[in-house]
Amino acid sequence: MPETVTATSDIAVAPISLWRRGINSFATFASAAAVVVVLLPLGAVFGYLIYKGIGSINWAFLTQIPKPVGETGGGMANAIAGSAWILLIASTMGVPIGIGAGIYLAEYGRHRFGDVIRFTADVLNGVPSIVVGIVAYAIVVLSQGHFSALAGGVALAIMMIPTIARTTEEMLLLVPNTVREAAYGLGVSRWRTTLSITLRTATSGVITGVMLAFARVAGETAPLLFTAFGNQYWNWKINQPTAALSLQIFTYAISPFDEWHRQAWAGALILIVLIVVAVSAVRVVASRGMLKGAN
Amino acid sequence: MKGPQPVAKPEVVANSEVQAEPLLTTGDSRVADGVFHFAMLACGLCVLALVGLIVYELMSGSRLSWHAFGLKFFFRSEWDPVNEQFGALPFVYGTIVSSILALVFAVPLAIGVAVFITEMCPRWLKGPLAFTTELLAAIPSVIYGLWAIFVLVPLLHQYGEPFCARYFGWTGLFDGPPYGIGMLAAGIILAIMVVPIISSITREVMTAVPQQQREAVLALGATRWEMIRTGVLRNARAGILGGVILGLGRALGETMAVTMVIGNRPEIARSLFAPGYTMASVIANEFSEATGDTYLSALIEVGLALFIVTIIVNILAQFLVWTVTRGTPARSHA
Repeated sequence: MPETVTATSDIAVAPISLWRRGINSFATFASAAAVVVVLLPLGAVFGYLIYKGIGSINWAFLTQIPKPVGETGGGMANAIAGSAWILLIASTMGVPIGIGAGIYLAEYGRHRFGDVIRFTADVLNGVPSIVVGIVAYAIVVLSQGHFSALAGGVALAIMMIPTIARTTEEMLLLVPNTVREAAYGLGVSRWRTTLSITLRTATSGVITGVMLAFARVAGETAPLLFTAFGNQYWNWKINQPTAALSLQIFTYAISPFDEWHRQAWAGALILIVLIVVAVSAVRVVASRGMLKGAN
Repeated sequence: MKGPQPVAKPEVVANSEVQAEPLLTTGDSRVADGVFHFAMLACGLCVLALVGLIVYELMSGSRLSWHAFGLKFFFRSEWDPVNEQFGALPFVYGTIVSSILALVFAVPLAIGVAVFITEMCPRWLKGPLAFTTELLAAIPSVIYGLWAIFVLVPLLHQYGEPFCARYFGWTGLFDGPPYGIGMLAAGIILAIMVVPIISSITREVMTAVPQQQREAVLALGATRWEMIRTGVLRNARAGILGGVILGLGRALGETMAVTMVIGNRPEIARSLFAPGYTMASVIANEFSEATGDTYLSALIEVGLALFIVTIIVNILAQFLVWTVTRGTPARSHA
């Protein structure tokens, strides 16, 4: 039938209909628009932080402790130091355990029991930070009888461990097996091989994991609310309530005082600069050598 | 560079150990190996112990409230610390509504972003765009809260909410005075925080769809969007759903930003303008001031419920993502 033939060839050469092309352009436009809408708040957050924060950062802000309500001036020096102190406590506990667990998973844990630990680490990763705070409160604060820097550190360490363990494992698995075999062939014992050959090879990747975990907990507030608790004065004792930058931002942000709002913006700017520096460092380290694409 | 195949690995290691045996008979290296293995195992067990500890502490801490109120705890809306009467319904309601609201805003945006980054944008833009959206995830919750209080809430109060009330007032969702602070603000700030999670998982899953799938659909004469819709999105839908659920898990447990803008009033109201309260924020606000054992115990029980729900949600999400990325060929067309 000549008619059918014409019809088929018609379809074969028919240009894509206006309707379908329209839908296609609309979809392209819509997804580009989605990107713009998502980047808008990012720009707005950073813009406001810089706009509001930069004017309030001065020498006094970085070196003084908070003044009583109603007096202008004062700063967040104790909160900045307190954050560093709590993070140091958290890292001392969280980094070795996290890396150790990562080594176990990569070097010994290629079996059912390893899967159990792997799964548990993922579960731990998903626990809401406020719940971690409750647990740190129950373990440390209740047994000590008061809020403390140690309790805050324990809470943050619990949050660091799963991230570090999983990235360490991933990075160690990237090290080719031939490297391990070469070491064994030279008569190097297994633990020496793991520490001085395998872990050494994956160092930059492991550092990436540690920095990611660090960036993640550096701004955490919820688990510190009833562990570190906050403090208006200097504190260097491990068993005393300690100020933290994120806590101070929270307290100042919900207060009714303009002076405190100003300082909250300044504190937030300092916090975000620290975190962005950490994340960018990760980016730089991760884009080198064998770790490319492994992030 | 590819990592070693997990299946083949133990064999190879075991082999090489056997071969190297004569060199390693110096006794103390065997002891050292054992000690090292044990130490690493202990670190691994720490992870198990921590989760066990969390479960134990939450259970033992909430026992008092569990005995006093039973399962009805989650269906009562009374929250009266003075008379020691506690019910978590308003918090459960607030958590669910704010999270769902967040997903309603976030899911289309996140999928749009993922589609744009993986399928549409020029190559040089890919890296920077992916990095920037991930940066959104690195901003701490408290800073989002700060920004929401001083920028988002005034905007909503002046423009957003009157606009919604005028044009969508008939739905009944936008009644009452537009404070700015309330469920709507919480939903929006949560959406901003959840978008990077959903879009990065969606991206990962879309990348896992084989290239041939795209080429085949294009060869049939599809436009780019038709190719994305039938060739990519349809194959990746389980994984995308997983990403959405992962985002839900994050939204449920999010504390600071929500606490700062939701209004913190234990009420159940139909209007999205009304202030509410979530499970995480009631813990954040009242835990350190809780006087009385029952009060504290009730708060811990709220925490336990939050823990259980987020764990279930996360496991479900990981399973869904895994079904797509682990090479199980997704069904092409139903």
